[in-house]
Amino acid sequence: MPDIQFSGAVRQAVGDVASIHIEATTIRELLRKLVERHPRVQSLIDEGLAVSINGHIYRDGWTTPIPPDAEVFLMPRVPGG
Amino acid sequence: MSGVHVTTTVNGDAVEFVCPPNEPLLDVLRNRLGLTGAKEGCGTGDCGACSVTVDDRLVCSCLVLGAEVEGRSVSTVEGMADGADLHPLQSKFIEHAALQCGICTPGFLVAAKALLDRNDDPSETEIRYALAGNLCRCTGYDKIVRAVDDAAKDIRKAKAKAATKTAKAKAKKAAAK
Amino acid sequence: MSDNNQNTNFTNQEFKVVGSRPERPDGIDKVTGRALYGADTYAPGQLVGAILRSPHAHAKIKSIDTSKAEKLKGVKAVLTSKDLPDLVGGAGPNYDILVNCMARDRALYDGHAVAAVAAIDENTARKALKLIKVDYKILPHVTDVDEARKPNAPIVQPGTRTANVEPAPTKDSNIAARNQFGHGDVDEGFKQADVIIEKTYKTEQTHQGYIEPHACLASVGPDGSGELWVTTQGHYTFRTVCSTLLGLDIAKLKVTSSEIGGGFGGKTHVWMEPVALGLSRKANRPVKVVMSREEVFRASGPTASTSMDIKIGATRDGRITAATADLRYQGGPFPGMWGLLGAMTSFACYNLPNVKTVAWDILVNRPKVAAYRAPSAPMAAFGVESTMDLVADAIGMSPVDFRMLNAAREGTRASYGPTYGPIGILPTLEAVKNHPHMTAPLGPNQGRGMACGFWFNFGGQTATDLNISTDGTVNLTIGTVDVGGSRASMSLIAAEELGISYDEIKCNIGDTNSLGHNDTTEGSRGTFSSGMATIFAARQAIDVMRERAAQKWEIPVEEVEWKDGEAHAVGVHHSNLIPLSLKEIAKASPRTGGPIAGHNETVADNAGVSFASHICDVEVDPETGSTRVIRYTVVQDAGKAIHPQYVEGQFQGAAAQGIGWALNEEYIYGEDGRLQNAGFLDYRIPVCSDLPFIDTKILEIPNPDHPYGVRGVGETSIVPPLAAIGSAVSNAVGVRMDHVPMSPPRIRAALKAQAASEKAVSAG
Ligand code: FES
Ligand code: FES
Repeated sequence: MPDIQFSGAVRQAVGDVASIHIEATTIRELLRKLVERHPRVQSLIDEGLAVSINGHIYRDGWTTPIPPDAEVFLMPRVPGG
Repeated sequence: MSGVHVTTTVNGDAVEFVCPPNEPLLDVLRNRLGLTGAKEGCGTGDCGACSVTVDDRLVCSCLVLGAEVEGRSVSTVEGMADGADLHPLQSKFIEHAALQCGICTPGFLVAAKALLDRNDDPSETEIRYALAGNLCRCTGYDKIVRAVDDAAKDIRKAKAKAATKTAKAKAKKAAAK
Repeated sequence: MSDNNQNTNFTNQEFKVVGSRPERPDGIDKVTGRALYGADTYAPGQLVGAILRSPHAHAKIKSIDTSKAEKLKGVKAVLTSKDLPDLVGGAGPNYDILVNCMARDRALYDGHAVAAVAAIDENTARKALKLIKVDYKILPHVTDVDEARKPNAPIVQPGTRTANVEPAPTKDSNIAARNQFGHGDVDEGFKQADVIIEKTYKTEQTHQGYIEPHACLASVGPDGSGELWVTTQGHYTFRTVCSTLLGLDIAKLKVTSSEIGGGFGGKTHVWMEPVALGLSRKANRPVKVVMSREEVFRASGPTASTSMDIKIGATRDGRITAATADLRYQGGPFPGMWGLLGAMTSFACYNLPNVKTVAWDILVNRPKVAAYRAPSAPMAAFGVESTMDLVADAIGMSPVDFRMLNAAREGTRASYGPTYGPIGILPTLEAVKNHPHMTAPLGPNQGRGMACGFWFNFGGQTATDLNISTDGTVNLTIGTVDVGGSRASMSLIAAEELGISYDEIKCNIGDTNSLGHNDTTEGSRGTFSSGMATIFAARQAIDVMRERAAQKWEIPVEEVEWKDGEAHAVGVHHSNLIPLSLKEIAKASPRTGGPIAGHNETVADNAGVSFASHICDVEVDPETGSTRVIRYTVVQDAGKAIHPQYVEGQFQGAAAQGIGWALNEEYIYGEDGRLQNAGFLDYRIPVCSDLPFIDTKILEIPNPDHPYGVRGVGETSIVPPLAAIGSAVSNAVGVRMDHVPMSPPRIRAALKAQAASEKAVSAG
């Protein structure tokens, strides 16, 4: 499992670092472990986050497995028109 | 407010209603006569969604008073099809996907019919200007213009067919004499 | 009339009916006036609801006296914010919606609702509104996005501290949040550049402009059960939000989406529906509320107005070395994510080693901003794409070649973070480059421009039901709203899977009682996600039918295969078994185990990003500054076009909205903070005689995450027109416009300034 990368408000919430190393096999596990380390992320999750795994953007599919060596990116959950 | 009693014709049927003197024809059609085909997009004459004809004149029914149609003849989108047979404009709108949400469609159909009734061979520019009083936000008008053009073709074909038929019948009659 | 519409298929998948163009199932209803929209239903005992709105841009509401209105004969309920108590904790998105649908202590913009009535008819309701006395204390206001950022600007929402800045600010401001995206080192990147262009742009506020105003019919009984008939892009979301605000049980509020007369994002948001429900609850009668066009403009979701600085640096041979954007977007009086979206989308088309985008979300005294088709992307693209042309010009490259050289591709790290999978920007550019439009001759005062656009697209929660009748016809119930022909596309998909004919499918939009939750139909998700759920629901029904056949043949189900609408027994020793058609299996269903159905509940993620490139020719009248689009071509990646006619329709409609935005449309506020053009006469959207035919070219670069390769198609093509037209104007008359809309007065002023500076140069 590689580093989890951040941008925008998420990056602020984890102390302005570009990435953190977290062992996780699903999005749920990833977010749970992230909140354990950075409680400020919780409010961002409540507001809405999306997770990009190897370029595929998941807004809701928290059971999605994270393959080993995947590129994982946390970004804001954005709406459409 | 005391009401005005109005006797009129709507889509060929005799109709009576009572409405306040300030009530637009659009509200009469929709709320009193159950004809919700005409839509209110603005209420100020700017969008054409409420288009109907009164004595064959194309009007915005939001700008005409219900009381004004006394003794006249009103046509709405509900009266366009002949029983189960759609008007060529109606079929062509479906065929060309000239509607997306369809809220503007009744107005466009009535306005396009008013155009084709007086000119069955309009140019693209004539179509565009004849429909410039009707707003559509979904389609960019592309498929609407194509549908009207195609319907005009159908109408001309049907007219030509009818003309040859009557000409043939006349010739037959003359020959019989 | 010419038809330049052609498709290019990049997928090898073979389809039988998907990709064909049958007539839409709801066509007849919509051409005969039978289709029922938001304002087209009536309930016994129905009252008319009307809303009183603030005439002030910003005012303290000292008191509201409703006693006279309440006494008026025929008035059945009067409602103020007291009747909508705060059940959501005084903060957050739902609280903002509550405050927006009925002002509490302050009116935050011209048009903000302050009270409402329900009466037996329209005349009585209007009279009652006039009898309500509101005592306002007018407060200073700010409506301009740049003014609102100034340190001494009136504060729109006291207590607002800019989020995501360190150290945390200690003073109130109108800047709600800062967000940053990007990678690499832009300072280093600019050092490597031979050419750097930096420019400031401004775009004005526009409205989605759907022709159908917001309308609903609400009915709540004393037992807390209710019904809402409403024009919406998301009846499930409306149900959740309205129940939450009113304290109703979600399951007891049934929301039915009417036919929808356009939304484009503006009907993803709850506006006056909670008020209608509140009035109904108070009066214990059904209440119908229909917004006037003026109310739609003053009080329902326009898009953000913006200002921005864009900077791009490139080497002589055309490689971009660094790019930055500083984007200011206003969201009305509530915090939004509009600037953030601009920052994410602005450079998404390009492969950039060093990029940084910073967004500022700003509060002003204007209506609450809602999504508008690819929300926030068109404005940022206007700045970025205009600057791209300036850079191309400075290094002497054609705008298309410059973009092709720098286009993002599979494996490129997007400016908003992740790495792209297979994407279609390059093919759209190639198609533009080779399009006959690019080399067609131009006349005097005519010019050509091209530009690119990007949008994410989304999927989301989706539930779909498919029921097979005993005659073999099929009911397909979906929970996304049909905004532009999606029932036809869904029927095609079900027909494709089941192997029966399109005419044998009846697709319905289910109300909230008939299906599980469906997310709002936004983010171009309708065909993508309901399509996906339909495929899986059909496959489940097929499994049931295979079982029924296996049962009859007394063979294992593994030996039954579904092909062309029939169950086939596979394997040599079954060659004597005659295939069973769907009709036969359906007919036998009552005695083989009961009804046959399939359903699917899913989160459809990965709607697949999409790209578009547009070409546009304009003619500018140098006397008046008025500009006409004389030719327009859209090239966009659709992944897979299920019903190409409606895909073309999406491209054309999106382009037309972009053209209106580029040339005419804008909210105009007076010094008093009031909206001056709240009607279609003064807020002019393109009419039929303003536009040429809009040619389309559908590319199909399959989305690897959809069984058919579908990508969302509805939004992307509103993104390129602003810049494409800006460049076309520049090529026609030599002025580079930095302010949208490029209305006649702005172009005239720019031409005058150009003439004056030329004169000064020749004089000097
Ligand atoms: S409603 Fe009559 S013109 Fe718009
Ligand atoms: S089809 Fe929606 S407004 Fe014309």
